[in-house]
Amino acid sequence: MASRRPSPYPYWFVLPAAVVFVTLFLVPTIASFWFSLTRWDLFAAEFIGWDNYRQFFKEPFLIQGLTNTLIYAVVTSGAKTVLGLMLAVLLTSGIWMQGFLRSVVFFPVLVSTIGVGITFAALMHPTRGVINLGLESIGIDGPAWLSDPALALYSVAMIDIWKGVGLATLIYIAGLAAISPEYYEASRIDGATRWQQFWRVTVPLVRPATVTVVTLSLIGGLRSFDIIWATTRGGPGFASDVLASVIYKQYQAGFYGLATAGNVILFLLIAVIILPLTYWFNKREVDL
Amino acid sequence: MSLRRDATRRRTIGILALLVATVVFILPFIFILFMAVKTKQEAALFLFSWPSEWHFWQNLVDVVQTRNYMLMLAYFNSIVITVGAVTLLVIFGAMVGYVLQRRPSGWNKLIYACILIGLMVPPAIVPTIWVLQAIGLFKTIHGMILIQVAYGLAFSVLLYRSFIGTIPRDLDEAAIIDGAKSWQVFFKVILPLLKPVTVTLIVVQSIAIFNDFTNPLYYLPGKENVTVQLTLFNFQSQFQSQYNLLFMNILLVTIPPLFVFIFFNRQIVAGMTSGAVKG
Amino acid sequence: MKTLRHSAALAAAITLTSGMAQAEVTLNLLLDGNADTITMMEALTAAYTAANPDVTFEMENRPGGSEGDNMVKTRLATGEAGDIIQYNSGSLFQALRPADTLADLTDLPGQANVIDSFKPVVTAPDGTVRGVPFGAAMGGGVYYNRKLYEELGLSVPKTWDEFMANNAKIKEAGKVPVATTFGDTWTSQLFVLGDFFNVQAEVPTFADDYTANKAKYANTPAAARGFQYLEDVFKAGYMNEDFGVAKFEDGMRMVATGEAAHYPMLTFAMATVKQNTPDNINDLGYFALPGPTADKNGLTVWMPSALYIPAASANVDAAKDFLNFVASVEGCQAMIGAIGATGPYLIKDCALPADVPPSVADMLPYFQTEGATAPALEFLSPIKGPALEQITVEVGSGIRPAAEATALYDQDVEKQAKQLGLPNW
Repeated sequence: MASRRPSPYPYWFVLPAAVVFVTLFLVPTIASFWFSLTRWDLFAAEFIGWDNYRQFFKEPFLIQGLTNTLIYAVVTSGAKTVLGLMLAVLLTSGIWMQGFLRSVVFFPVLVSTIGVGITFAALMHPTRGVINLGLESIGIDGPAWLSDPALALYSVAMIDIWKGVGLATLIYIAGLAAISPEYYEASRIDGATRWQQFWRVTVPLVRPATVTVVTLSLIGGLRSFDIIWATTRGGPGFASDVLASVIYKQYQAGFYGLATAGNVILFLLIAVIILPLTYWFNKREVDL
Repeated sequence: MSLRRDATRRRTIGILALLVATVVFILPFIFILFMAVKTKQEAALFLFSWPSEWHFWQNLVDVVQTRNYMLMLAYFNSIVITVGAVTLLVIFGAMVGYVLQRRPSGWNKLIYACILIGLMVPPAIVPTIWVLQAIGLFKTIHGMILIQVAYGLAFSVLLYRSFIGTIPRDLDEAAIIDGAKSWQVFFKVILPLLKPVTVTLIVVQSIAIFNDFTNPLYYLPGKENVTVQLTLFNFQSQFQSQYNLLFMNILLVTIPPLFVFIFFNRQIVAGMTSGAVKG
Repeated sequence: MKTLRHSAALAAAITLTSGMAQAEVTLNLLLDGNADTITMMEALTAAYTAANPDVTFEMENRPGGSEGDNMVKTRLATGEAGDIIQYNSGSLFQALRPADTLADLTDLPGQANVIDSFKPVVTAPDGTVRGVPFGAAMGGGVYYNRKLYEELGLSVPKTWDEFMANNAKIKEAGKVPVATTFGDTWTSQLFVLGDFFNVQAEVPTFADDYTANKAKYANTPAAARGFQYLEDVFKAGYMNEDFGVAKFEDGMRMVATGEAAHYPMLTFAMATVKQNTPDNINDLGYFALPGPTADKNGLTVWMPSALYIPAASANVDAAKDFLNFVASVEGCQAMIGAIGATGPYLIKDCALPADVPPSVADMLPYFQTEGATAPALEFLSPIKGPALEQITVEVGSGIRPAAEATALYDQDVEKQAKQLGLPNW
């Protein structure tokens, strides 16, 4: 062993991060898994086996919450990826006022979720909101965006996309900057059109950014909570409830053991979706 | 000839984009601004309308003076937490991402598992408080910084790892042959090259941490530890709200992230230009 | 605010000049962010510090609603709740495990001033009293616009049928009969919770049977009626057009300005009217939620929140002395002076000013008449299903029929009882 030259990439590089992560995240998380098997009111915990899991699966709105979670994650993640890439390409193409537009697209990321929630509740107001007043002026009777049970989830998804697309765009812009202009040069000499360039050069070479955007926005979408809570609180009734808001309501009600059990289930759901996806992404990366 | 046509086209697209952006992205901000300068009664109506009276200065002073200039203290605390946590996140995250990308081994699976857990599992609040109390970091600013680091690490590592892949290995190998130590290679060769990602990370994480509301609520109690998002509580309550001051507060706490963005936005452009020049 | 800083300066000056080594104490208070709470507490602390210059206060706000519940529990469980907390009485107080987490205030001299009916709602299972009342008692009934009633020649309804008949006339006149504000989901529960006086009048044992898992909403017609009321109002089209997103403040504004005739609400709302539509304060009247018969109608009452001392506080004695002051007539008058009279206080001999607004005057006779009030269910039973407000929104928005909703709510109640580990569930 002693004769081997130490790797230029030593493991102690991981150490500081590992200490913080294990102490402040992993240890409490593992402790909480135990609490998911108890009836826990924060002051005392009584072991009750799998009862919390049974109870959670009995939640009347679990199935709807699950469906909503999947719809919400796919819609927001898909839209952020596609719009983010399109905006990034547009905003690196040297259009007029490019710098200003970049800032504008990113502005919503700067505002806190509470602010966004309150603002959109007002803008989407069915009778006084600027969106419906605008629609009315062109003769359309706007819907009750956030209080129509069929529409609420999609309205919140739209707000989420509005707030998050700037981040996706930024990641894509950084990704596009990493692509060497030589590739574009070469493909232009080959006579490729802009459209062909986009599909043959941009999309494949911006893949690391795509992986990041898709993974993060999908996990974010599956875990999404803040914006839903700040706008509809899962309502009207239970119409826009997602898994995270169902869990949070258990937590709010003081059912801490039940809420932790819900967290474990949410974690498993995310793992079932994300793990194969990252495996697939990583495999493709090796191929490249 | 095509050059001029190109310029016209860019201008047209630009103007179109500007129009759409105005409607989609700027209108909500104008709404916030209008609300922030209205009187209490007018703001309670929540209308998108031109304020009948501009109470900008008065509302601003009201917000700043509330509870003995609490907002000023909050600015200070939030900035300390944000700067501290983001610095550590950049260094720690890049170090892990670097090893992870450069040195394939069985350990990587474990690290990946941790990253995924970090991204996916919602934090367990009460056990975390117990840990913080046990190591004497509860209710302290540096405890809060470390919490933000623990929660943000997964994202940073993921981001760095994917971009370190675009840096040719030849660079570090050349430095090693020149006799550089591993930490020298990292800090002097690799880290500077990561500037575009670092800038992205700084912008994203500093905004997330600055705007964080739930974590300080739980881990950083105490009036002297107030953070900016907690000041929103002075104006928002379940039963009774002063929306003009609430929106003024939103406006005021959005200013620091805005500065961060405006400042680093140029850096992003600069980073990308230099990347383009080097080709 | 100014007075606070003033007295702090004064305190510093006194200590400096006298050169005494008087122990200075700073008491940390944890309060909800309600404007009334802060105003009342500022008046109380200012008055107390004026008399006791060595004691100063630090106030910390917490969120309202169940977010606040969580925060209070977390702080208590980790021993970080400061010296005094302001929090609900009744079932929410019981969930704090008061016997372990809060200081015993049974022997506080000021308890002698507290009206007896309040003590049970801050009494731990071991029989010790752990809190003193903070603020005025509230009724759960209906605000109405007196001007509109006068214009349309209506009289205050004593039965539900009279109420609906009034609503029909109001709708005909082109006004909104019942202001509805599901944008704040908690406001949707009033028809169900505020109906409890009528439930109890018909089934006196309901609270006990319900706690013992013997009575259900679905199989007790009197209890299910609240859900039915909500459905009736929706089906008749008596709500405002934006009922799904309107907020509590919109509701108060509508009923105060005469845009709407009724708004079912708790009586703490007067402070909001004073803040947002002060000119209309005398246009508001109040009546208890009408029931099936006029002779058995009365008001469902909510007890105010209370002040408690966490057992882990380092300044229990100083905190006790302050609570003693809060429980005195002097303290009570300081609260009335700060926010005006919104309802009866739970302190003996604490008289309300003569010129109360009409809606408060409408409420007081219920309190003065024997048997005209009943505590809300949450003060008689530890079980309140956490999803009630979502379910009532569904019923009130026509998403779910009332009959189905009661069964769903029973399921929710069962979950709560199981989580509380109650016997018989």
